[in-house]
This record gives sequence, structure tokens and C-alpha cells, in this order.
Amino acid sequence: MFNNLPIPFLVLSFFTILSALYVVTSKNPIHSVLALILTFFSISAHYVLLNAQFLAIVNLIVYAGAIMVLFLFVLMLLNLNKDAEPIKSNLWGIAAAISAGLLLLVITAAFQKAGENVVKHPVEGIGLVKALGQTLFTRFLVPFELSGALFLAAMVGSVLLGKRDKVNKDLLA
Amino acid sequence: MIFQNLDISHYIYLSTVLFSIGLFGVLFRRNAIVLLMCIELMLNAVNLLFTALSTYMGDADGQIFVFFIMVVAAAEAAVGLAILVMVYRNTRKTDVSFLDQLKG
Repeated sequence: MFNNLPIPFLVLSFFTILSALYVVTSKNPIHSVLALILTFFSISAHYVLLNAQFLAIVNLIVYAGAIMVLFLFVLMLLNLNKDAEPIKSNLWGIAAAISAGLLLLVITAAFQKAGENVVKHPVEGIGLVKALGQTLFTRFLVPFELSGALFLAAMVGSVLLGKRDKVNKDLLA
Repeated sequence: MIFQNLDISHYIYLSTVLFSIGLFGVLFRRNAIVLLMCIELMLNAVNLLFTALSTYMGDADGQIFVFFIMVVAAAEAAVGLAILVMVYRNTRKTDVSFLDQLKG
């Protein structure tokens, strides 16, 4: 199965899975964030291998650049960089591993023959800005405008949530 | 396609493994920030599969979907972290197992 695969794909997949495992298992949240950034970089490299150059750059800018910096800022502002998480019992770990493993088993079994049914019809230059922009601004114009409204709502919501409120203090404490 | 002997099924397996790792993290961890990161990991697994299928089938719609998933993930991360900051300010904890006051 792994015999005739190209080396770059194997190395990148190895890095991706290893750093994703470190995100999940690391005790220190800062290490989790850094490992997740590494995961996003290797996923961006996968996008380059898949001829999706625009998505590779956007993935780096949006995920590794913006979202992960947001996570890092929250971790540092809340001073959570030490290991404060109580140890869960092994039973939880076993149950979670069994659940995730069963999902893995079911999806791989369901998609075992999926590769044969995909009609291979590669088109050059599909992942460049020109082709994607033409699709985005013609057929997907309404969702594009709606995502602007979504961002406005998210911005208003996070400002409202982040504001200091004296009333809420009695409710949760 | 850059590599000829690379099949779509390899990308299916890779993104399934990534999604399962993210699911394992959501089930196993208690720190709310790590839970949000595991959700981002699962979203990225789906993005990878969308992109692979889009490239193999020669259809740009999958990559547009990945673009929209990134938009929603950015909004979700901002609102989720704002909720987390508010919870931490009120309870001094980010452990989700303490947030059980709605339990009947």
C-alpha cells in the first residue's frame, strides 16, 4: 500500500499526523498551539502538492497567521501556559480512543472503493486566483456577501462578550 | 496532478486519520482552548479532503467551499475565544468539566 507512493507525500503525511497527535497529547497548551501551527504548515504543503496554490497561501495567512495568533494571545493573556489540567483517568482515554478508532474504521471501510468511482478529470490552473475568483464572484456571490455579514455579527458578538460586565459575575461565581 | 501514482484514496485515508485524531482530542481533553484547537484540526481534515476531491475532479467548487469553511472557522474561533475569556474571568478556570451548572 505504501510501496509506490511518492516520498514528499509520505514525509508530509508523517509530519501532519505526528504533529496532530502532539496537539492532542501535549500537556502544555502552548506546545499544542505550536504543534497545530506545524500541522497547518504541512497541510498547506499538501495543498501545494494538490495544485491548490491559492488555498495554500490563504491557509497559511488565515490559520497559521491569524487564528493561531489569536489562540496564543488568549493563552498568554489568561496566563494558561502552565499545566493546569487535571489528569483524566485512563478509562476516559480508552473510551475516547475506542470511539475515535471506531469512527476511523467505519469511514475507511465506507470509502474503501471511493477512489475508483471518482471521475478523474484534472484541469490545469484550477487552484489559481483567476479561476477561483471567477467562480467566487459569479456563482458564489451571494454566499460571499453573506460571509461579510457573518463576520460583522462575529465581531459584534465577540466585542459584546469580551466587555466587562458586573452583572454576570454573580451568576457564575 | 504532480504525482501519477497518488490516488484519491490516500488523501481520504489521511484526512480520515486527521479527523479521528481531532475527535479523540475533543473526547479526551478538558481544557477548553485545546478543545477549540481540536475542532480546528477536524475542520482542516475536511478542508484537505475537499481540496483533494476538487483537484482530482477538476471542479473549482470544492476549493470555494474550503474558502467558506475558513471564513466560518475564523468567526467561530473569535466568538469561541471570547466566550472562553468571559468564562475564565468569571470562574478562573478553563476546564469544561466544571461548567455543568445547566445539568438538570
